[in-house]
Amino acid sequence: MLYRESGQYKTSYIADQAIFPIREDRIGMGLIGLAAVCIPFFASDFFLNAIMTPFLILALAAIGLNILTGYAGQLSLGTGAFMGVGAYSCYKLTSIFPDVNIIVLVLASGLFSAAIGVVFGLPSLRIKGLYLAVTTLAAQFFLEWCFIRIPWLYNYNSSGAIEVPERRGFGDVILTGPSASAMTQYFVVLGIVVAITLAVKNIVRGRIGRQWMMIRDMDIAAELMGVRPLTAKLSAFAVSSYLCGVAGAMFIFFYLGAAEPSAFSITLSFQVLFMVILGGLGSLVGSFFGAAFIWGLPIVLRAGLPALGIGIAAETVFHIATMIVGALIIFFLIVEPHGLARLWSLGKEKLRVWPFPYG
Amino acid sequence: MRLKRLIAGSILAGTLAGAALPALADELFVPLFSYRTGPYAGSGIPIANGMHDYLTMLNERDGGINGVKLRIEECETGYDTQKGVECYEQVKGAGALLINPYSTGITLQVIPKASVDKIPVLSMAYGLSAAAIGNTFPWVFNPPDTYWDGASAIITDIARREGGAENLKGKKIGYIFLDAGYGREAIPLLEQLSETMGFELLQYPVPGKEMQNQSSQWLNIRRDRPDYMVMWGWGAMNPTAVKEATKIRYPMDKFYGVWWSGGNDDAAAGGEDAKGFRTLNFHGVGSDYPVIADIKKYVVDAGKSQVDPAKFADNLYNRGVYNSMLIAEGIRKAQEIAGKPMITASDMRNGLENLDVSEARLKEIGMEGFALPMKLTCEDHSGHHKVYIVEWDGKDWQKSGDWFSPDVGTVKPLLQKAAEDYVASNSPWPERTEPCLNK
Repeated sequence: MLYRESGQYKTSYIADQAIFPIREDRIGMGLIGLAAVCIPFFASDFFLNAIMTPFLILALAAIGLNILTGYAGQLSLGTGAFMGVGAYSCYKLTSIFPDVNIIVLVLASGLFSAAIGVVFGLPSLRIKGLYLAVTTLAAQFFLEWCFIRIPWLYNYNSSGAIEVPERRGFGDVILTGPSASAMTQYFVVLGIVVAITLAVKNIVRGRIGRQWMMIRDMDIAAELMGVRPLTAKLSAFAVSSYLCGVAGAMFIFFYLGAAEPSAFSITLSFQVLFMVILGGLGSLVGSFFGAAFIWGLPIVLRAGLPALGIGIAAETVFHIATMIVGALIIFFLIVEPHGLARLWSLGKEKLRVWPFPYG
Repeated sequence: MRLKRLIAGSILAGTLAGAALPALADELFVPLFSYRTGPYAGSGIPIANGMHDYLTMLNERDGGINGVKLRIEECETGYDTQKGVECYEQVKGAGALLINPYSTGITLQVIPKASVDKIPVLSMAYGLSAAAIGNTFPWVFNPPDTYWDGASAIITDIARREGGAENLKGKKIGYIFLDAGYGREAIPLLEQLSETMGFELLQYPVPGKEMQNQSSQWLNIRRDRPDYMVMWGWGAMNPTAVKEATKIRYPMDKFYGVWWSGGNDDAAAGGEDAKGFRTLNFHGVGSDYPVIADIKKYVVDAGKSQVDPAKFADNLYNRGVYNSMLIAEGIRKAQEIAGKPMITASDMRNGLENLDVSEARLKEIGMEGFALPMKLTCEDHSGHHKVYIVEWDGKDWQKSGDWFSPDVGTVKPLLQKAAEDYVASNSPWPERTEPCLNK
């Protein structure tokens, strides 16, 4: 009824190729954007700091992995380590150039991650599938080993941890460090994530993204049609690692505040992988769904069950959340491999023709 | 559709609950970060039970502290720093009196936040050693001893057995540690001591992921044949190390653990063969104390505890009790200073800073012989108190030798320097503005 595109005529190629061709979608996005901007003025610090900010950051990491796995079809288990590369390079950069705006450094640190991603992506030219997953697993372990064993990376800190120093920007606003306000950090993260997501959306709609998808769907056919696997695969690795690196840098600088190497362990890689699987392979909006689900579920369970009058021990919530996520992953893999994003688009299809199911 | 509504409903309920958490007006909120899941649960469960049960006992027996009930809530961290930060954000908004991170990694993370959010951090005998410098870290407390005190105490005991510090020259001392913030914490001090005393320090890091498979480390130890071994382990690392040590027939009486390697299950993994394994301790072992009897009567027998009866009052459980005693005495002191029973986190900081648990007070709370008197000052948030050694007799821990002091002369200047380094690398670090009440 409300969500119907009849009567909306596109009169130009630009309108036809818009990211959101349907007016209702644009209105919806506008409302979400408005909500995103208004939330900090109503929400508590806990909501911003512990839910929204990490959700956005992990959504970016999920987009990064989605580029590689969902769009280009190269399975990776090294997401955590690539995020770590971003975090450590941002930390080193800000130690060397303390006066440069931290946002610039966050964006720049993704480049280091991209370079390392390309190096570890080289085997993908020869090997595929599970074998490639094993080489990315090797990347994960090797990089984690570096974070522990190369003291230069953490400025010879005796605890082996990196601690985020206070950095100001835009006049004298405190952007990072313990005194930064939750609202500032949220807006910075929101800005970066939205800007990058828009850029990525345009990349995947364009020539490069189509090459990735061709490689994913059938690499031999793609090669015969003139797609160079070298550039396509390595660019997927580069873009993916760049996003993960930026997400990792933000994870430390705008969320955790300090980190040990164990923050970037294989657990984080799997966490992001689950987000991608649950959210939907090959879908940007799915990355957001997946991140919201995986990050939000334990928090909702923990805060929600007592509010409903169900007294529950802290560790039981943990177990329940793990069980639910595990069961859902199996469920989605069997029933809907394209994840929450697919459910979302099915819902939209249904809405479009509602109330006439066969309209 | 129904499912969707259910999901939407629970999300809504969740957000509402998140907003409606602030503490009730007539309770003091004491959050306990604990971990009953994951690879560190073996150490985490007894600690969490001990902490929880002592505070519950105060609620049941005395109706709280000075008439104010304690609201005790556990937040599961799984020893994971990510979850720890989430727990911190959650309890911060709910009016927490203090933070008990129970993980060195989480402690490192909350230290900079604590001074901004004005919530004291009580990291009892763990966390950042340099936090003992109260003028640099007014919001962080690590009584009764820092890791560096612990490391120096072990070396002191080794020196005593060798017949003097000069006999350590040329000896080999192995250090096997969990390769994380926690295990690395002791290295600077051990390196310093190895330089001044002339022993050789051999390091055997155990990565957290592989702590249940230490055969390569112990193979190296068998090759290097260190005269003594020192362990900084936690969780599943401890029982594995003890088992491996017995397997290579390392002389167990020359194998030392820090206090966190002293769980009953840790040593029991080696069984009779682990006889002689020594760890540091700063509180009583066993259940022969009035306070433990009270916990049994009011909490365990009343069915208000999660503890497995067979593991009641084991070594780590008692450590949890000791930790909660510090919390309770800190609250009492804070109430005394503030002159009212309802205190804030800032009052709590004053309470901890002026903590003075005398012999008489220990007797009053049923801990005579369980712990030594302890006192903190504005300058010294740790106190460098005396410790003693417990020895595994094949079934339980037994006190071995008397209480003795760590090598405070070496530790103190190093702490001062470490605090200065911390300030330098975290500049601008806030100056202390909190007044000192015990000058």
